[in-house]
Amino acid sequence: IIFYIFSTLYFQLSFSPLVPQENAGQFFSSGHTNNWAVLVCTSRFWFNYRHVANTLSVYRSVKRLGIPDSHIVLMLADDMACNHRNPKPATVFSHKNMELNVYGDDVEVDYRGYEVTVENFLRVLTGRLPPSTPRSKRLLSDDRSNILIYLTGHGGNGFLKFQDSEEISNVELADAFEQMWQKRRYNELLFIIDTCQGASMYERFYSPNLMALASSQVGEDSLSHQPDLAIGVHLMDRYTFYLLEFLEDIHPSSKANMNDLFKVCPKSQCVSTPGHRTDLFLRDPGSALITDFFGSVRKVEITMETINLTEPIQQRQKETYSYVDQLPVSEIIHQKPKQKDWHPPDGFILGLWTLILLVFFKTYGMKHLKHIF
Amino acid sequence: MMPVPSSVPQPKDDFQEELVIRPLHSGDIYASFQFRTLWETDFMRGNKVSHYRLFPKSLGQVISKFSVRELHISFTQGYWRTMQWGQPFLPSPPGAELWVWFQDSVTDVDGTWKELTNVLSGIFCASLNFIDSTNTVQPSASFKPLGIGNVTDHRFLRYATLPREIVCTENLTPWKKLLPCGSKAGLAVLLKSEKLFHSSFHSQAVHIRPVCQDWQCKTTSWELRQTLNVVFDLHTPGQGKLEWSLFKMFSRTLTEACPLASSSKIYIDITDDPQGEQFEVSPATHLLSQAMVLGDRRTFSVYDLTQQITFGTVRSLNLLIRWKSRDMLRPLLHAERYVAGYGLQTGEIHTLMYNNHPYRSFPVLLLDSVPWYLRLYIHTLTVTSKGKDNKPSYIHYQPSKDRVRPHLLEMLVQLPPNSVTEVTVQFERALLKWTEYTPDPNHGFYVGSSVISSLVPSIVAMDTNSTREQPLFSSFFPCKEESSYFMRVYTEPLLVNLPTPDFSMPYNVICLTCTVVAVGYGSLYNLLTRSFQIEEPSPGLAKRIANIIRKMRGVPPL
Repeated sequence: IIFYIFSTLYFQLSFSPLVPQENAGQFFSSGHTNNWAVLVCTSRFWFNYRHVANTLSVYRSVKRLGIPDSHIVLMLADDMACNHRNPKPATVFSHKNMELNVYGDDVEVDYRGYEVTVENFLRVLTGRLPPSTPRSKRLLSDDRSNILIYLTGHGGNGFLKFQDSEEISNVELADAFEQMWQKRRYNELLFIIDTCQGASMYERFYSPNLMALASSQVGEDSLSHQPDLAIGVHLMDRYTFYLLEFLEDIHPSSKANMNDLFKVCPKSQCVSTPGHRTDLFLRDPGSALITDFFGSVRKVEITMETINLTEPIQQRQKETYSYVDQLPVSEIIHQKPKQKDWHPPDGFILGLWTLILLVFFKTYGMKHLKHIF
Repeated sequence: MMPVPSSVPQPKDDFQEELVIRPLHSGDIYASFQFRTLWETDFMRGNKVSHYRLFPKSLGQVISKFSVRELHISFTQGYWRTMQWGQPFLPSPPGAELWVWFQDSVTDVDGTWKELTNVLSGIFCASLNFIDSTNTVQPSASFKPLGIGNVTDHRFLRYATLPREIVCTENLTPWKKLLPCGSKAGLAVLLKSEKLFHSSFHSQAVHIRPVCQDWQCKTTSWELRQTLNVVFDLHTPGQGKLEWSLFKMFSRTLTEACPLASSSKIYIDITDDPQGEQFEVSPATHLLSQAMVLGDRRTFSVYDLTQQITFGTVRSLNLLIRWKSRDMLRPLLHAERYVAGYGLQTGEIHTLMYNNHPYRSFPVLLLDSVPWYLRLYIHTLTVTSKGKDNKPSYIHYQPSKDRVRPHLLEMLVQLPPNSVTEVTVQFERALLKWTEYTPDPNHGFYVGSSVISSLVPSIVAMDTNSTREQPLFSSFFPCKEESSYFMRVYTEPLLVNLPTPDFSMPYNVICLTCTVVAVGYGSLYNLLTRSFQIEEPSPGLAKRIANIIRKMRGVPPL
């Protein structure tokens, strides 16, 4: 808040602002210090190639605008690039005639295949992961992070299908965002969804500082863009295709704001009507830059402190080592098997039964013995 | 931050890279990259290591945190065809394979194993977190440590495979980032994913183990080997000629060696034709080297990339190899595996091991790890060679526990010369709980490859002097005797269908039941409780007015 007041005062005082100072003012006006992105593709099988291409094109734009791999959680439910049906392995194309390979040579997928489940997605968002989860699979955001969440797949009125076997509902998603708000896990959150009837997924949001975009309204289907005859499937969905074209024009110091993003893919190009929701967003969408969510803010601190490196202690062993025999046949044959379970020695059970019978007959008399034998 | 320079010299580290190209008799070409980093440091004792130079920090931290003695992980796409391609330098099964020896100071091996698999899944972008107790085994005789050491208590060994694991650029990217020069200089510039994955076989692996520093072997250093084996198919580029070049294989040429490497070499296998009649390599080189590898003495042309003259005047090296088709030596050991039977209830696993040596027999150790949902009937286990029963000299069987651990079967079998040994065992398929099925259950369920470890008799005397300067590809498996060499062969993984329920049944049942109940019960309820009453139809407008007038007059209505 102090920075915001400072920058507005500064603007009012100076009539011809110097460019670096103006940029510095805008640098602090949005209130966030780091950027994260969670990009999810929820569909399995080769004919859903376009959903993977959608997610990878957003990944590509986000990386190009500065967010590093360590701040991106990428979840792809199936492997299209190295799928045996792909005529060009290790590639995922977004434009027909194979113009743009969105998979590239430098890609890190954090959750893949069967790991993309509703449970893992909600755990990533809320931060409730098992302690042994590696850092690259965690969303380590704080209260000054701007997060971009992109979902794509098959959906319906109020739900999104994960891997053809389970769904996430809009109520669950809204509650997850509320948990994130209560745990102070985001400063501002931009939610983009490209599925059929996508607007139903943001209807139930109730946490502050959320902005949402969807590719189609309730009752409408999102359509795919164009098939490629060599690959044999549709390559991209229309909304994300035009979103990618829009983002290709954005560079890290661009001043385009959210109102331009709302105009992406009008009904003439998309056939469905994209929708957006800004009532929960506290700032004016016109003042929120595209790079606030798609780009990356990185703070560098320069310090002149010195640090002493400790010297490692060299210990010299005096024993001689040797390599182990790889297939010691005689040793293996004479290896004693390990007794894991203790069984009573043979004969013990027989002796025990004899004892029981003897005691029985001693107590009740010998006349019963002839009935047994 | 400005560090204060320390007066004690840092532990020495050394990096070597090499590429071996071997043309195969079927016209395919086999390229094997090895990158080795040696570091004289001790992760286990003393202060925590904090200054990393050539050795990657992520792996160093893994070794010290989890007290790892040896770590071997491999990611493979495709199956190695031994009969067409011969033996690989470093074998690996399809999918992902991980086996680790822990130090004997570890108290809870299973807990450490679980944490280690999670950390490795983050480092290599693979779903190694699916490794849990249902696919981990503890072999009792196979997988002895490849590094130095005296203790071989198999309690500290864990082995797991994920045959379903897919290998793609996302696994290659972090692998390349572990190299000192990354993919910017040296041999690693050739590793372009679009060409590497458009191949018949692709395998990348990381091997970490302690090795002897010198011939006295009084001190140890840590060795990290990153290997990448790829076999390019003859017919893929469209041309059918037996002509390959670096540019055709990798779409790149070499311009310099990695500046951090102490040695950077390319070896081309010219054994079958040293005179150069059937075989042509250009640009020509006079450096030749001989090495004993895989039981055979082979001759190689060597290109040293640290010498500037290798690159010539164009400052780039594009090797061209042309050869005519020739015969291949039949591999001495070869294995196959398949599932027999019909239906979704029972089946039979057959493993065939071929010994192609004309007069020598040798022992093999067969390791089979079968998931719990295929219930093996071990009383039906038979091992036959040449029609007769062949009793294994060592059997270790650990039965499975449902949803806890898999079957483990290890057998030491002596293979008679020039024979086929067949191991058969019958099994029954279990029905899983409906939440345990994968999202695509009709694809089938995988059974990991069998591992066959053996000491194969060699044609020439092997080199047991392990510390002489040897090319990397011949110094991976330690050699203790001259007459035989150690080899590992992997069979195919199996794909079995389990009885799969119809997952739409709950929805269908609910719809049907509700309809039946609504129609049946509703009709019955109506019949029982509906009663009929007679009702006069309402009269017309004229009659109604007349009735009102009559009422006013006090006369009864119409």
